Amino acid sequence: MSSDVVTVPRKTRGPWALAFAKLTGNKAAMAALTVFVLIVIACFSAPLYARWAGVDPFSSTLDAVITIDGQDVPVMEQSTEGLGLGYTPLGPTWRLGNYFLGADNQGRDVMARMLYGGLNSLLISAVATVLTLILGTTTGLVAGYFGGVTDTVLSRLLDILWAFPIYLLAISLSIVMIAQGITIGPITIESGSLWLPIIIIGIVYVPYVARPIRGQVLSLRNSEFVMAAVNLGVPGSRILWRDILPNITTTLIVFVPLMMALNMLTESALSFLSIGVQPPAASWGTIIQDGQALLYTRPIVALAPGIAIAISVMALNVFGDGLRDALDPRSKVRLGRD
Amino acid sequence: MKKLLLAAAAAALLTCTWQAPASAEYLKEHRGGTMRLLARSAAGTLDPHINYTLQYWQIFQPLYDGLVAFRKAEGKDGFKIVADLAEDMPTVSNDGKTFTFKLRKGIKFSNGQDVTVKDVVASYQRIFKVSGPTSGTFYAGIVGADKCLADTKSCTLEGGVTADEATGTITINITKPDAEFIDKLAMPHAVILPAGTPTEDAGSNPIPGTGAYTISAYDPNKGMTLVRNPHFKQWSEEAQPDGYPDVVQYDFGLTEEAAVTAIQKGEAEWMFDQPPTDRLVELGTKYMDQVHISPLTAWWYAPLNTRLAPFDNEKARQAVAYAVDRNTLVNLFGGKVLATPVCQVLPPDFPGHEDYCPFTKNPGAKWSAPDLDKAKQLVEESGTKGQKVTVIVEDTAVSRSIGVYLQSVLTSIGYVADVKPISSNIQFTYIQNTNNKVQMSVSQWYQDYPAASNFLNILFSCASFREGSDASINISGFCDKDIDAKMQKALELGVTDQDAANKLWAEIDKAVTDKAPAVPLFTPKHVDFVSKRLGNFKFNAQFYWIVTQSWVQ
Repeated sequence: MSSDVVTVPRKTRGPWALAFAKLTGNKAAMAALTVFVLIVIACFSAPLYARWAGVDPFSSTLDAVITIDGQDVPVMEQSTEGLGLGYTPLGPTWRLGNYFLGADNQGRDVMARMLYGGLNSLLISAVATVLTLILGTTTGLVAGYFGGVTDTVLSRLLDILWAFPIYLLAISLSIVMIAQGITIGPITIESGSLWLPIIIIGIVYVPYVARPIRGQVLSLRNSEFVMAAVNLGVPGSRILWRDILPNITTTLIVFVPLMMALNMLTESALSFLSIGVQPPAASWGTIIQDGQALLYTRPIVALAPGIAIAISVMALNVFGDGLRDALDPRSKVRLGRD
Repeated sequence: MKKLLLAAAAAALLTCTWQAPASAEYLKEHRGGTMRLLARSAAGTLDPHINYTLQYWQIFQPLYDGLVAFRKAEGKDGFKIVADLAEDMPTVSNDGKTFTFKLRKGIKFSNGQDVTVKDVVASYQRIFKVSGPTSGTFYAGIVGADKCLADTKSCTLEGGVTADEATGTITINITKPDAEFIDKLAMPHAVILPAGTPTEDAGSNPIPGTGAYTISAYDPNKGMTLVRNPHFKQWSEEAQPDGYPDVVQYDFGLTEEAAVTAIQKGEAEWMFDQPPTDRLVELGTKYMDQVHISPLTAWWYAPLNTRLAPFDNEKARQAVAYAVDRNTLVNLFGGKVLATPVCQVLPPDFPGHEDYCPFTKNPGAKWSAPDLDKAKQLVEESGTKGQKVTVIVEDTAVSRSIGVYLQSVLTSIGYVADVKPISSNIQFTYIQNTNNKVQMSVSQWYQDYPAASNFLNILFSCASFREGSDASINISGFCDKDIDAKMQKALELGVTDQDAANKLWAEIDKAVTDKAPAVPLFTPKHVDFVSKRLGNFKFNAQFYWIVTQSWVQ
């Protein structure tokens, strides 16, 4: 038996493979991602659920009667005792497809609205995140790379936007836009469009992305490889696109889940205040608002979307933390040494 | 004029016959104690010449007096006008254009100052000097009011309000006969304040009054304390009765939910805001002895903009009136115990009201059911099918529910509808301004005083429409010259023959209803939830619960 050991050169993994390995090794992050994906799948199945359950989650159905255990039960029950005051919506039946979470004050199936609401909340937060990243990254790149007057002007604009309390700014924009929509050149956005909350949320968080990106670009601007490219006469736009942008990609990726969580909270808050998603469309925020009037008798109407928001935001934040750890260059070094 | 003289004589007789037994009814064993009231928030300025909210009008009743007042009596008896600081109802002369009052002697303000005719003249001038919200409407008919409205600071009401110190008489001249002028003088905006009161909004500083109570402390973020006016001596129980509690503590800041719980626990006596709908079942079963439900002369309606498509078409408006299920709306408001479906402008049992319901399954006197087929047919005939309609509602649970329901109705008859809830703070002015191009909205109107004109003339006359103004209370922008002429005729007729005028108002009500400038929804009722220890609850149709006529011990 030979004692010689043949050493096989270890194949070096690329930074992305290392990050992926690090991410998949993070159990908490993967669990959070799984939870979030399940929520996304459930929400995207909203139209199927409503069709299967035979409910219209957007119309008042105060006179509806459903059958539970062979008995007809009104969705809205009027009090017949005492002074006969008030109506109570049906409580949770815990039967999928049959008012699982009960009815709201319009007699609508809360479960169906929860799924539709989640769909809108996810869509708005995802698209608003993309918008924020595009605007924030562009602003940060231009301000950081070109510096001088450009940087001063853009930075002060960001300061102004940053100085406004976020919700006050969002509410102000919403009040202006929500009632009558907006027209920008040839583009008209109707007042009930989901694009309005998307634009509002997308704009108010631009400084959150633009400022760190600008800082990173300022640092990269003075690095040797960028200086070399500048001295070689490479155009600024090409340097930004080919040399600087790839170096801030990891930061942008880390921003995605974190901004999405933040946007989801903002969307819910705006919709709760009637200045986000407009009725009869649903979002988790509007369902909480509907449930506010039923806190005493049917707390599930407000609790269910609240819990959904909390779980989604927590999942996104935990996954975002995992993503940050995985993409952190110092982590990669540690992974390489293992 | 004849009607006014008769009314004055009848009221004087009533004053004499009422006082004796009523005074004897005051039960001294219940006098004393502290009554705690709750409201979600304060209601603005304490200045009675400016504040235009039900919340403070109610609390001004035991604080201030006018020359005349609405009677502090239960139910519709509260609509009757009685002499207050005036000895008697006015003598009316000059074809109904001159009113002469004689001021009572010996009445003092809460600061100890005597009430004189100078205070009366100064108070009427002050209505204009502080640009009171009704100076240009209720009191614009006083001689000299036009000059006061043009130049508020130098207002003298020359020739309009004059006083004779020697005889203690006050003479008010108006430019043309007004059957409702006495009602207007009984409003809180015309109460008598000391002549030296600053001619600017008093804000959070209480102004001395002549009532049984006075404000001893006020913080709009915390509350208001009412204590007995040390200079008050009852002169007319039906105008300004002495109260039972020694102190009324009005606290602000609790939500409706918390207020209900506080009353259930006996920590408070009453809440201004309506109990939340999800507590109604509980209140109506476990606390039914503490719940008082009272009818209101009020109107929930959906104004349709007659100057904007699609509702510039009469058939389109009638289609919506046919399609709306009033029973559903009543249910959304809390059920038939709390509201009654209506088809017309004037509320039931109101002067000039005659049952009329043209837009229902079986047209006649009462609403029966929606007629969707007829509604769809009218939409087709109007050529407005497929047009976009936006309904603007208040951002409250009930209004939002009604908006969502109306959106589904509009969709079902062929429109592309959506609903926009906007903050309650701005919705009322937003829907009035034509610049906002509001097609349809949900609003409410609560009477200022009991007269048909207070609904029909205010809400649907050409003069009530102001292009581009936040104060264009004719939200529908409705203007029909023939109906307008009839309204003027009814107003003039009311001076001499109120019954004939009411008949004419009934005709006008039907004519306006036929034109469908708004969809009548329902007449609400008022819920008062009181503590177990509160006794002698009396609901006045004009200013609601008479706070200080209840006792807590």
